[in-house]
Amino acid sequence: MSENNLYSQLQWLPRPPQNMAQLLKNLQEEDASGSEFQSLASYALDLNQLTRLARAMGKARLEDRSLSPLDPFRLAVLSNATMDMIIPALIASAARYGIALEVIHSAYGQVAQEAFTPGSTINTSNSDAVLIALDYRALPLKVTPGELNASTATVHGAMSYLQALRNAIKDNLNAVCVMQSFAPPEEQLFGSLDRVLPGTMRHLIDTINRELSAYIAGSGDVLLDVATLAETVGLAEWHSAPLWNLGKFAFNDEMIPLYADHVARTLAAIRGKSRKALILDLDNTLWGGVIGDDGLTGIKIAQGDARGEAHLALQRLALDLRKRGVILAVSSKNSDEIARSPFERHPEMLLKLEHFAVFQANWQDKATNIRAIAEELSLGLDAMVFLDDNPVERGLVRSVLPQVAVPELPEDPAWYSRTLAAAGYFEAVAFADEDRRRAGFYHDNARRAAHQKQIGGVDAYLASLEMTITFQPFDPTGRARIVQLINKSNQYNLTTRRYTEPEILEMENDPSIFTLQLRLADIFGDNGMISVVICRTVAGGVWDIDTWLMSCRVLGRKVEHVVLSEMIRHARLAEINKLTGAYIPTERNKLVVDHYAKLGFVKTAEERSGKTHWELCVNNAEFDNPPVTVVSRGFVPAPEGMIA
Amino acid sequence: MDEAQIYSRLTTVFEDVFDEEIKVAPGLSAKDVEGWDSLSHIRLILTTEKSFNIKFSVSEIGTLENVGDLVAVIKKRI
Repeated sequence: MSENNLYSQLQWLPRPPQNMAQLLKNLQEEDASGSEFQSLASYALDLNQLTRLARAMGKARLEDRSLSPLDPFRLAVLSNATMDMIIPALIASAARYGIALEVIHSAYGQVAQEAFTPGSTINTSNSDAVLIALDYRALPLKVTPGELNASTATVHGAMSYLQALRNAIKDNLNAVCVMQSFAPPEEQLFGSLDRVLPGTMRHLIDTINRELSAYIAGSGDVLLDVATLAETVGLAEWHSAPLWNLGKFAFNDEMIPLYADHVARTLAAIRGKSRKALILDLDNTLWGGVIGDDGLTGIKIAQGDARGEAHLALQRLALDLRKRGVILAVSSKNSDEIARSPFERHPEMLLKLEHFAVFQANWQDKATNIRAIAEELSLGLDAMVFLDDNPVERGLVRSVLPQVAVPELPEDPAWYSRTLAAAGYFEAVAFADEDRRRAGFYHDNARRAAHQKQIGGVDAYLASLEMTITFQPFDPTGRARIVQLINKSNQYNLTTRRYTEPEILEMENDPSIFTLQLRLADIFGDNGMISVVICRTVAGGVWDIDTWLMSCRVLGRKVEHVVLSEMIRHARLAEINKLTGAYIPTERNKLVVDHYAKLGFVKTAEERSGKTHWELCVNNAEFDNPPVTVVSRGFVPAPEGMIA
Repeated sequence: MDEAQIYSRLTTVFEDVFDEEIKVAPGLSAKDVEGWDSLSHIRLILTTEKSFNIKFSVSEIGTLENVGDLVAVIKKRI
């Protein structure tokens, strides 16, 4: 496998079948569901195939056919280059990530006009996000080798322009801005000195990229790191002078599928659709050889052995992923004791048993095992990645559980870790404290489950957990995690409304909106932020519950009762006399169909779609008081403070 | 590769780009095919390059009037 083909040909995706043209044609003629589009998008498609798939989706949209269960997303695109050939690729690649993408784009060369005119196509597009897809030719760059002052002024001018574009869009649209770093042209002026000397093209673009990253950090906006992408495939492969001359294409057409996949995975990350767990096979994946046949001394997993080092590199990547919050699990066809032995007794193993949230070694088929792992972790199958060297196992899991991502692997294990990393399953747009500790939460959960078995009796169990719940209104410290929860909670989520960081910021400052963020600690550790509530004040002294969601990690702990009691307390202080709420059914939230009924709300209406409406009189509200210590902080007017 | 083989391979290229079966003949040009606009023209050129493993120069691309011209340029290159 050539290094470059790995990226430009998306080699982690399976090759399209021979009859792909026919399958794409069928999509246009039949009443295809969103899932069928997604399943065809999940092959490594070339530009023509992506274009056809996007056309079929456009046709479905024109005919008012539903693309459900794909998640609708409106993206505005602003570019100094020709995007027309890229946009169909974006639409098809987004389907790969479960998104029904609609693209609004401005005419070529209208970047400033579109951004600075309040009534422009982009500014009135009501988009969820704006992709500011500029390449270096869009910037006012003056090459002044060796002139530090002039170079600083040029960088300043470019940054001012980028910030002005972003601010103008923000003034008009409540959307996330996705800004691109700049791939420098490959031609050098002096040679290696270019990077040293201020005012050269390389030096200017390096500086701008650095300042742009600093500008975006903590802003709630998102960086699409095109500079790194271009460097990864090679600048000489990335840029194409003929294509720029011919039609103002910013980069080589061969790279469009790769670029489109990177845009799509970024949008998926904004929507909280990135994968959360990595399920690993053992034999010939985590080590060379078969532990049941070769034994502890026979398997290859040592430094100094080419094959062993390849597998160690994969272990290192898995461990690094775990440190950033990806949950690890094992699915292996082995007897349990033998499968565990390398982790317990082989000195060279980097991964230990304690790093896995679930360890499934048995002789059942892997699809059954993966389903069990998902259940144990309370995660959807679409949060799972399954890595296995065996093409038969990969094929089986793909066909039985199409929601699970199963990367193709080349024959040579030296490529395993690079292939897994290149696939970008765990793309993130923010990194919160909770992420760092998440992998640990799931282990605590496994221990809590064991603890429950010993104690018996749910209430006694809950009391023994010594839970403390801390309530706070939305605040800047919690914001990133609040946005994350809002965008990725699917199961315990009454309305599944998604909000972006700018929208949450707006809520923090809106006195007509009552918000809650909850943290839960217990004897096993800190669960971090686990629940979010948003109430909007409507006429007649009513709070309408816009959003109520909870992490499934803390199911069955009666947290929702404590939340209701806290809401009622604040409602009384605010002279609110009624709470209203709705349950909007999705494929994933059956869990909460009876949420309001269980809390004593009265059903007021039921729509054909299954959506139900509920209300509760604040004065008559009665609720459970589970054994929990409650702390309230940061509310205005201040409540009574700490109540036991 | 003889002319018949070039036309046969071009038929696949056209189907790939325009998403329909097109009778590829020397006189065929943009006005004969629905959806053959400047953008799909570039996709046609890029797909042809890939399929025959050749690269056209920008000036060559500018002189193409119909499929006959395209085949003439391909013949020079393979």
